[in-house]
Amino acid sequence: MARQEKKRDVVIVGLGWTGAIIGKELADEGLDVLALERGHDQDTVPNFQYPDMIDELKYGIRLKMMQKPSQQTVTIRRTESETALPYRSLGSFLPGNGVGGAGTHWNGLNWRPQAEELRLRSYISERWGEGIIPEDMTIGDYPVSYDEMEPFFTRFEKVAGISGTAGNLNGQRREGGNPFEAWRSEEYPMPAMPTTYDGHKFAEAARAMGYHPFPAPGGIASTSYVNEYGMQMGPCNHCGFCERYGCYQYSKSSPQTTILDALRRMPNFEYRTESEVLRVEMAADGRTATGVTYFDEKAGEEVFQPADIVVLASYQLNNVHLMLLSGIGQPYNAVTGEGVTGKNYAYQMNGGVTMFFKDEHFNPFVGTGANGMCIDDFGINNIDFGAEGFIGGAYWRSGQTNGQPIRSMPLPSGTPAWGADWKAAVGEWYGHAMSIGTHGSCMSYATNHLDLDPTYTDRHGRPLMRMTFNWNPNDIRMTQFMKGKAEEVARTMNPDLMQSSFKSEGAQYDVRPYQTTHNTGGHIMSESPTTGAVNKFSQAWDKHNVFITGAGNFVQNIQYNPTGLVGGLAYHTAHAIRTQYLSNPRNLV
Amino acid sequence: MTDLPGLPSRRSFLKASAAGAALSGFALSAKAQAPQPPVPLDQYEREYLNGVEWAFVLAAVSRLIPSEGDGPGAIEARVPVFIDRQLAGDYGAASDWYMEGPFQPDADPLRGWQTPLNPAQIYREAIPLVDQWCTDQHGAIFADLDDDVQDAVLTALQKNEAGLAPELKDFFTILLANTKEGYLSDPMYGGNHDMQAWVYVGFPGARANYKEWVDRFNVEYPLGPVSIKGERA
Ligand SMILES: Cc1cc2nc3c(=O)[nH]c(=O)nc-3n(C[C@H](O)[C@H](O)[C@H](O)COP(=O)(O)OP(=O)(O)OC[C@H]3O[C@@H](n4cnc5c(N)ncnc54)[C@H](O)[C@@H]3O)c2cc1C
Ligand code: SF4
Repeated sequence: MARQEKKRDVVIVGLGWTGAIIGKELADEGLDVLALERGHDQDTVPNFQYPDMIDELKYGIRLKMMQKPSQQTVTIRRTESETALPYRSLGSFLPGNGVGGAGTHWNGLNWRPQAEELRLRSYISERWGEGIIPEDMTIGDYPVSYDEMEPFFTRFEKVAGISGTAGNLNGQRREGGNPFEAWRSEEYPMPAMPTTYDGHKFAEAARAMGYHPFPAPGGIASTSYVNEYGMQMGPCNHCGFCERYGCYQYSKSSPQTTILDALRRMPNFEYRTESEVLRVEMAADGRTATGVTYFDEKAGEEVFQPADIVVLASYQLNNVHLMLLSGIGQPYNAVTGEGVTGKNYAYQMNGGVTMFFKDEHFNPFVGTGANGMCIDDFGINNIDFGAEGFIGGAYWRSGQTNGQPIRSMPLPSGTPAWGADWKAAVGEWYGHAMSIGTHGSCMSYATNHLDLDPTYTDRHGRPLMRMTFNWNPNDIRMTQFMKGKAEEVARTMNPDLMQSSFKSEGAQYDVRPYQTTHNTGGHIMSESPTTGAVNKFSQAWDKHNVFITGAGNFVQNIQYNPTGLVGGLAYHTAHAIRTQYLSNPRNLV
Repeated sequence: MTDLPGLPSRRSFLKASAAGAALSGFALSAKAQAPQPPVPLDQYEREYLNGVEWAFVLAAVSRLIPSEGDGPGAIEARVPVFIDRQLAGDYGAASDWYMEGPFQPDADPLRGWQTPLNPAQIYREAIPLVDQWCTDQHGAIFADLDDDVQDAVLTALQKNEAGLAPELKDFFTILLANTKEGYLSDPMYGGNHDMQAWVYVGFPGARANYKEWVDRFNVEYPLGPVSIKGERA
């Protein structure tokens, strides 16, 4: 028999970005809130302290802040006919682990979606007709509009402490910001960060070609800042150890720097670490959850934790896994197109051009996760899909995030991977290269989805989740379009050498190189219970006291990094629970 | 020359000690004070690798990042020490990885690590096979071959043409990756000795504060590296 703990008003699974947001908002409401976190406890001091954090091998290469596949992983296949094989060692994506989740070691690039991205199917139909949407492309409209979401994006940016320059303040274009962004009701809470030489060079070249450069908006403090929870951030050192690392400086937006210390002080909040939730338990009628069962690592036993409200905030992949194991939403069937859980898994389609300048110094170790200059001239709302023959878009950025030399050693193509010539090349080229990255959308398809694996199990004997994912021709056409445009800009900069890396026709998904941890979909929001797993408030359609947060809610991925939308949706969900659900627990839609 | 069974090839020792001599000159020019000389590679107490493996690793890394030319080679950077310690630790044991079967080691490489073996086991199983292959093809174990033949063997390994079973096909990939890691990681892991690889490429290590350097465009950063333990080069 599992040990049983005292019942709580709310149990939250996972204490990353969304778990911390929901935890704070519901604790502020006076509820008795418990968060269960699979990983260890960690905080700026002592865990992220200088100089121990400045360790590329331990964190950048051996990934000591990330999910351990030995504890939890997925299997991956590219097509229905392939046998899925375990993602045994991390490569392509790096889910977080421990208090703060991936929010401790993200880059901090913080974007809102475009208004058009949230109503993509309608936008396309109105402009070009439904006919241009490929039959197997399962994109839709989000059940929330940009206008509805705007206050929640603003709220997340203010809590997280984002630096940037507004390009569209209440409909008024602002010099120096992104002229193509949707309206925002307030300036960013902090001014934009300064930009390194590469971003400056890129911005000049882009401007000369008639494009509209602006500083990358990021969760990196440009000044001193105190948020509404009383949490303090101090200006960043540009240390170049942002992504994959905790910030030793209280400068990067993370649950630790912006929410958790305030939350920990509340008497009605508790969190337990090394507590891995195994499944959500259901009431006899199947319409509500009664709580969760977790594995208490320290005691080595299963524990039942009863609660009135269950919030799954365990990251997109883990959320979908828990739903499939617990019977939340009918599993999606890729053959019939029926079912909802696991549907519309999507990822991100990126590319880049690298330029080498023999006689110029870039000091690549100077940087932040969100450093650099961007353009959005090739964003979704700027491309004629009918004329170009694809659906999607990308924002571009040039900026140094780190010059850590094991991982960041761009060498001219043709350089041997080892030997005397490799050694000569690292001496010659380290510090003399810059790049333009294109960060693009990835649409949803009937074929890309998540379900349970028939063969492989985890250490608790539960089936692993199986990911079926491959690149699709539409998104490859998008990235090839970006390649043509980005090479044009790069050539105007007169590098000594340049080379590109963009996926081309027939590219197969490769699980080894890091791409992004922007896994989306699988528990998408929808207007109706037959098309998605949760409603516009991230409430499970079939279990009204279960709320599910994170990028799993995305109907299709956006062209940007996801967390601005993830954070906005989490505040939207918390608001709905506070203002509508608590007084009358029910299906809110 | 004949080598004693179970002991590193003498040829590797020669390479190692010649490189050691080169290193002290290098280090003196870069630092005000000569560092404490480290234990010579032939007296280093190994944590994982046996003698045969040690000889192979010394010889292989000295071709992957050779000593000649500017900058330290893998031997001067003491990369073999790094590899030995990594294999003895949780990287070698793949303790963070999912290592449950069934396995499909001959899967398309794009599908990632699919062998039942951990990195330490791959070194252990692959090295004698490569040495055997060298003996069959070239009449001597790897460590005793001439530089250009060693390069040819490494190229064959890189292209998976040295007859290794699918379970071992990642051997070259991890050997090369571990060599570069040992060359460029913080010296506390045993490699990048005296931070000379960082000095060579121009990476300042754990300095971590560049606030004034963001908008100094196209000006070379002047300071040499510091390590996590506070050494300076
Ligand atoms: C290296 C990296 C760089 C990134 N850079 C950016 C960027 O620049 N911009 C951007 O927008 N986004 C970025 N992201 C993505 C960003 O980190 C995520 O969007 C965000 O953290 C998601 O928040 P979340 O609350 O859904 O999940 P997380 O923050 O990942 O938190 C989930 C938590 O749940 C815990 N958990 C999982 N399963 C269980 C279980 N069964 N029981 C208990 N606890 C569990 C995990 O340990 C984790 O702590 C990056 C991610 C990574 C990994
Ligand atoms: S670059 Fe800035 S925000 Fe990022 S880890 Fe370093 S000091 Fe912190």
